[in-house]
Amino acid sequence: MTASPPLSAPTLGKDLVGLEELSAEQIRLILDTAEPFKEVSERAIKKVPALRGKTIVNLFFEASTRTRISFEFAEKRLSADTVNVAASGSSVSKGETLVDTARNLEAMRIDMVVIRHPASGAAQFLGSRIRSNVINAGDGKHEHPTQGLLDLLTLRDCFGKLEGLKVAICGDVLHSRVARSNMWGLLKLGAEVALCGPATLIPREFESLGVKLIPRIDDAIAWADALNVLRLQLERMEAGFIPSLREYNRVFGVTRERLERAPKELVILHPGPMNRGVEIDSDVADGPHSVILPQVTNGVAVRMAVLYLLAGGGPDWRGGREQVAAGGEGE
Amino acid sequence: MSDLLIRGGRVIDPSRGSDGPADVLLRDGKIEAVGRNIPMEQGTSVIDATGKVVAPGLVDLHVHLREPGFEHAETIASGAAAAAAGGFTAVCAMPNTDPVTDSLATVGFVVRQAIRAGQARVYPIGAVSLGQRGEQLTEFGELIQAGAVAVSDDGKPIRSSHLMRTALEYAKNFGIPVADHCEDTSLAQGGAMHEGIVSARLGLKGIPAAAEEIMVARNIILAELTGGHVHLCHMSTRGSVELIRWAKSKGLRVTAEATPHHFTLTQERCEGYNTNAKMNPPLREAADRDAIRQGLADGTIDCIASDHAPHHYDAKEREFDEAPNGIVGLETALGLALRELVEPGLLSLADLVARMSTIPARIFHLPGGTLAVGAPGDVVVFDPERRWEVRREALHSKSMNTPFLGETLRGQADVTVVGGRVVFQRPGRPTS
Repeated sequence: MTASPPLSAPTLGKDLVGLEELSAEQIRLILDTAEPFKEVSERAIKKVPALRGKTIVNLFFEASTRTRISFEFAEKRLSADTVNVAASGSSVSKGETLVDTARNLEAMRIDMVVIRHPASGAAQFLGSRIRSNVINAGDGKHEHPTQGLLDLLTLRDCFGKLEGLKVAICGDVLHSRVARSNMWGLLKLGAEVALCGPATLIPREFESLGVKLIPRIDDAIAWADALNVLRLQLERMEAGFIPSLREYNRVFGVTRERLERAPKELVILHPGPMNRGVEIDSDVADGPHSVILPQVTNGVAVRMAVLYLLAGGGPDWRGGREQVAAGGEGE
Repeated sequence: MSDLLIRGGRVIDPSRGSDGPADVLLRDGKIEAVGRNIPMEQGTSVIDATGKVVAPGLVDLHVHLREPGFEHAETIASGAAAAAAGGFTAVCAMPNTDPVTDSLATVGFVVRQAIRAGQARVYPIGAVSLGQRGEQLTEFGELIQAGAVAVSDDGKPIRSSHLMRTALEYAKNFGIPVADHCEDTSLAQGGAMHEGIVSARLGLKGIPAAAEEIMVARNIILAELTGGHVHLCHMSTRGSVELIRWAKSKGLRVTAEATPHHFTLTQERCEGYNTNAKMNPPLREAADRDAIRQGLADGTIDCIASDHAPHHYDAKEREFDEAPNGIVGLETALGLALRELVEPGLLSLADLVARMSTIPARIFHLPGGTLAVGAPGDVVVFDPERRWEVRREALHSKSMNTPFLGETLRGQADVTVVGGRVVFQRPGRPTS
């Protein structure tokens, strides 16, 4: 018998569409794989050859800074060849359908597609129609699995474990793919989840999944170990879900005064970009309990782990590290 | 045309309350006689219906045949052929074509294309408002003269209560119903599926049951105000069933239809962003589906209509939000109704024939729906037991957008006769 992983070792499927489809073991595998990748970004030469020769297309149908750059760094630090395609200025703006775009890319023999798309289900749609691995970088209001994973990793860094942790997701859950990915990830890993925000933006059906609904932000703060504060989009006010941003801040804003009244100190997460003074006050965002920047740092490690695992990587990637060290320059 | 004798079947005719072994003789396009051991004369064509049901041809009050304007998805000829293959001898075509069926010319076009096709009869439904814009009434009188049997803005709900009121009042002059797609668009706007746990999980905007029920309630109240006849299209919620029950208890002129997909499927079918489960009204919850079945069983819902909505392959092959609503239904309606309603004992075979033929014909005042002597020779012969698989290549419609592909249905039409002429005979099923 040659050395092979134990039969029970979890693997990921072809695509990463959402955390809903993953088992707790698969999520832990990604988080555990991300741990050593954190260190790669701390090196002087931030590169390992794990995905050398792999071609990855970053297909972004929606504006994105953080997620797109984070994926690109993750890909480059794994030595993949990457191409960025934005919807504007491409064939998409000429009316090409999603499936045609994907098939054309695939005809150029790519290995992976990272997709951000305004339609819920777009990543799954693509994944079921092309052979390449598909990674969801946010599809409509459905899921943003790598954001969920980086939030889980950040919480695990802060608390040591996720079992029994109380996390309140605050704000516009209805339109949030970040909220959905967090909910699934946290529930699967044994955390308790509460949703807090205006009832117009909280789908009450989620209660049936074992999620707690807390109408008042002060109660959520009193209950939780950590708050994940969602971005409130200006369009929600225009669509009549909330009366005004001012009122939102007064009723649901995470402020220092509110946090100071809490029985314990909370960890504050935010997926960004922030609306300072709306869902979160600046002194909270910049305060000692904010892990907003560590989230961003963890984002690269988590995405490296996902890319690496989907490409079929096993636990031996560090073999490549020695090669890089020996080769000196990398690529 | 030679005489046609359909022999040895179980003849079910709810219009006369009869159900039993008999022969049916058609002559000159009409029902000539129904009875035991009808003697065969020289030159008579014979169909052997032994072991099968012989019934008045099925009547569908709600189909979309896409012509003119969307002939890549369906034509009147292909739709009428699909109807015949499904056992339907008459279908009513909704006016949301391009151009909209809102004038003498466009109604007449549908009539002429249907005659040219020579399959199932196609009765045009005229638009309620010009261009289905919800503003100005169409010329009902002229539309009816050209062949329209009802009016509807289906595809679009009638938003203005004033327009609905005037349509119901004006329609009384002609004795036709106004059929409405009940949807409060301010609640449903942008919705892609039923609002519930599945839409919440999939991150799709939901259409609450209330969007339908508000308009059902409005239409019932306007039926009371006007004394007009409102026909409620494709009912999908338990609340709607309750409202209709209330309207009927008050004796109002309210009729309602339900589709096979709404009495068969639930919101879970949308899992995986399955665009063949995207329709409007959307697939609802199990309790809604059960209420629709119960409504059909107790007569609260008068009839079954397919809402046959063909779409080209490309149109459904895309993001769920962007995909169009609707599924083809003419060729699966009978098999689903037998499997879902007759097999579990909710409806008897005779009740089923009533809900798919006799009653819909009465609602729109169509000839047919009966085997009475002198009635049009529109007859279906179907096997109520046969299990068959829905296969893409066996469909007669130009489109194949159905969530039932690969499913096993029960019961299938073998022969469809329109005006005494066999327009469909299932290949490989010897019947004569």
